[in-house]
Amino acid sequence: MGKSRIAFYRAPYCWFYGVIAILSVLILDSDRVRADPLVVDLSNHLVAITTGFTGTDVLLFGAVQNQGDVVVTVRGPDQDMVVRRKERKMGIWVNSESAKFRNVPAYYATASSRSMDIIANDRLYENYRIGVDHQRFITELDDAERGDGVYREALIRNMRNSGLFNRHPAKISFLSNQLFRTNLHFPANTPTGTYTINVYLIRDGRVASVKTTPLVVSKTGVSAEVYDFAHRYSALYGIIAVIIAVFAGWFASVAFRKS
Amino acid sequence: MQIYLPIAEMSVNIFLILGLGGAVGFLSGLFGVGGGFLITPLLIFYGIPPAVSVATAANQIVASSVSGVFAHWRRGNVDLKMGLVLLVGGIIGSTIGVWVFAWLRALGQIDLVISLCYVIFLGVIGALMLIEAMRAIFRTRRRGGNLRKVKKHQHGYFHGLPFKMRFYRSGLYISALLPLLVGFFVGILTALMGVGGGFVMVPAMIYLLGMPTAVVIGTSLFQIIFVTANVTFLQSVQTQTVDVALAILLLVGGVIGAQFGARFGSKLKGEQLRALLGLLVLSVCLKLLFDLVATPGDLYSIMGNS
Repeated sequence: MGKSRIAFYRAPYCWFYGVIAILSVLILDSDRVRADPLVVDLSNHLVAITTGFTGTDVLLFGAVQNQGDVVVTVRGPDQDMVVRRKERKMGIWVNSESAKFRNVPAYYATASSRSMDIIANDRLYENYRIGVDHQRFITELDDAERGDGVYREALIRNMRNSGLFNRHPAKISFLSNQLFRTNLHFPANTPTGTYTINVYLIRDGRVASVKTTPLVVSKTGVSAEVYDFAHRYSALYGIIAVIIAVFAGWFASVAFRKS
Repeated sequence: MQIYLPIAEMSVNIFLILGLGGAVGFLSGLFGVGGGFLITPLLIFYGIPPAVSVATAANQIVASSVSGVFAHWRRGNVDLKMGLVLLVGGIIGSTIGVWVFAWLRALGQIDLVISLCYVIFLGVIGALMLIEAMRAIFRTRRRGGNLRKVKKHQHGYFHGLPFKMRFYRSGLYISALLPLLVGFFVGILTALMGVGGGFVMVPAMIYLLGMPTAVVIGTSLFQIIFVTANVTFLQSVQTQTVDVALAILLLVGGVIGAQFGARFGSKLKGEQLRALLGLLVLSVCLKLLFDLVATPGDLYSIMGNS
């Protein structure tokens, strides 16, 4: 009970809406539920990065018709990543060889109701590309060692260290046999873009149902406008930056003289 | 309190950045230096991407130079003609510098070049400052001080160069190529290191060009304003790494800090101040050198280019 109290405190409204949503689905549309083994939704489909953004939690909740295990994957937008290896040259460490990877998710996290290896064997995760280790990155290099060995490991390790790939799946808790919930945490350095959240219902080591729901992470407010402006009207941005600095300097010199 | 920087794309502690600007402002007020060579490494130590640190520091230096130049302008301590020749060199140098910066960034070597430039320049300047200050302290203690007099019109090797020009305010008749080259070199430093370059330009103006000390600071500040403005503009256009929010935070801290620094500075002895500054510069240099030489925790680093 203590645990759910904390959860209540963290996201009171989401939780409330979640229960209402599930109950209404269960009560009003019970015929469809019987046909649909898995229902899922998020407390919020938009993560807004505002000026004061320090990370946020999104509540994922849902219901399963019959008992089973649930695994969730959160995948951020694809991007190109360059992995560089440092080498000692004349006493100092210099970036030397590098490998480029395509379609690397900018963010990747998983959650599961029980330990992943109890729920199913590795083959299922491999088939469905569940988990960081089962992601396939396209690399432009043919060299197997560079393409899929050390550089790939280094990529995953660095992404984990910066909190963009998770190390261990988050806990999905079942509130009854049917209702489940989990908090998806998005750190302060969460990349912007459209995320895909897949929810897998796994029963007897097989995927019984999959549901996909999108999540948008975007900058809003002043910081978004500044970023947008800097990229779209970069010359004007530069001029404004100079004008602000000149004005601030002039203002400071006046203040100096007075005191 | 955290604030999200729009260009650096990270959350920083607002008071820490204000404090950082304040501390460097305090030092610049105390020692009469621009402080760009301290603010850029400190921002990098804090975790701001080096490219953003360098470009944003240039923006901040525009402001600190503007606030400084007024006092010198009123006293007539700006050699406008000399300043303009330096500026022409500076604009060319900084434009090439920004281009080199973008090129090195694409190669993944910009962090290394920034660090190396800092290690070399901070090392040399810190050591020179410390030696000079220690000598001065030693001299005054021994009381045997006979200060060398610098001749006003030294005739050196450089004075045989063509395109001679008369600089009335400085009382010089020298080749325009000389200040042009000084400006050019400092312009490159501004683009690569995010410094005003006063710490290189001032000694060069005194010893190389032979300018009278009175007009050196004002003239260098005049040149720095336009060169750093040029760098701010070009970095905005080419690399989009100027973070206005970060620059404003540094500015506010810097302005307040400089006021306290200047007041505090008048109570201390000059030689001791310079010895302190020399030590400070050397310790920043050593920290950067250590980071270059020490085996990194992870030999691999990643960079996204979406």
